[in-house]
Amino acid sequence: MNCQQTHELIHGYLDNELDLVNNIEIEKHLAECDACARTYQGMRSLQSTLGDIAVRFAPPANLERKLRSKLRSEDKTRMTLRWGWLALAGSLIAAMIVVAVGVATFSRPATDDVLAAEIVSSHVRSLMADHLTDVPSSDRHTVKPWFDGKLDFSPPVKDLSQQGFSLNGGRLDYIGNRPVAALVYQRRQHPINLFIWPSSDGMAKTEKASVTHGYNLIEWSNGGMAYWVVSDLNLAELQQFVQLLQEQSASVGYFSPRY
Amino acid sequence: MAVQSKVVRFEEMALPHLGAAYNLARWLVHNDHDAEDMVQESYLRAFKFFGGYYGGDFRAWLLTIVRNTCYTWLQHNRMFRQAESIDDKLDELEADFADPELLLLRNIDSQIVRQALQELPVEFREVVVLREMEGLSYKEIATVVDLPLGTVMSRLARGRKRLHSLLANRMGKEARVELSANA
Repeated sequence: MNCQQTHELIHGYLDNELDLVNNIEIEKHLAECDACARTYQGMRSLQSTLGDIAVRFAPPANLERKLRSKLRSEDKTRMTLRWGWLALAGSLIAAMIVVAVGVATFSRPATDDVLAAEIVSSHVRSLMADHLTDVPSSDRHTVKPWFDGKLDFSPPVKDLSQQGFSLNGGRLDYIGNRPVAALVYQRRQHPINLFIWPSSDGMAKTEKASVTHGYNLIEWSNGGMAYWVVSDLNLAELQQFVQLLQEQSASVGYFSPRY
Repeated sequence: MAVQSKVVRFEEMALPHLGAAYNLARWLVHNDHDAEDMVQESYLRAFKFFGGYYGGDFRAWLLTIVRNTCYTWLQHNRMFRQAESIDDKLDELEADFADPELLLLRNIDSQIVRQALQELPVEFREVVVLREMEGLSYKEIATVVDLPLGTVMSRLARGRKRLHSLLANRMGKEARVELSANA
């Protein structure tokens, strides 16, 4: 090892940061080279001077006590904050429970919503399973008698092809724990399922439109029958369809459980 | 209680390093009052971040926070002066060490040493303080000042050399007398 290398590594040597090989090399060089040995002595002297306790600054005597009390009050603040948040969260949860209980108690699942879901499912299933009709016919005189003996009521079947709603046929379905008639109409590419069953209370109800899973639904009751119509057809045309059904039934007097 | 023990645990770990923290802060901000503020702020910050401390060298972790707090304060108070040129190379060293006047600084007044060290640019001062007064390893210093090991060593070398020259000027004759007595 030469003087230049020694000057580069002498601080590492001084600080005990060199590996064994370099350590030995330096020691060898220091033993041989007077100039480097004196530099080393100078640095060691500086090191011991700086290591003197009098050069270092000691903290004020009361600093530790101050720190302890600051840390504790900081900890308290944080805990208070945390409890504050917990209290807030707690009251929110309590409020949510109250609301949930209220909802559960005061708004029992609307039968209509359950029915609507069933009807949409049935509509979708009929399209998916390619089982839209049991009796494929555009002739209402074929479709209507087909239900005889299959249902304990006779659904009114209308021909609305003149108005752009062609009859595709009929199908037996099962909705709300009972067998129902499903009449299948079509407007352009949009199949329409019309479900019919005797209404439970016999009360006439005006049309009520709703949307479930993107399908338009309209329900009403009339002449002792409950009607649900479901389709992906736009609401305006679906309402027109319902309008036509009701007009026809009013003029022809079709709506009776058995005719 | 778990929350209560956190502050106790922190105190047990951090308060033993109060001396190192204060000394570093004092050398960085130059006066007692500010140093005390820096230490208090650093300890509160360290306590806040204590949840993010996952083992390792606690002293180095704490001193890093102290240094950062001080640097932020220095910059905020426009007291931060970048050293003239920090090229962190060793090439200067050879010429520096060709100084024929070896100084043996025995019995030197600690006030003179302090004054000389205060005059050192902060980049050199901090590594000298961490190494010579707090006894940190190069690796620990590298953590605190966020520099590679090699840079730590070259800064330390240059810091010592500068300090040596400063003291030589101060001590002048006295040291030379001592030198000739030893020669």
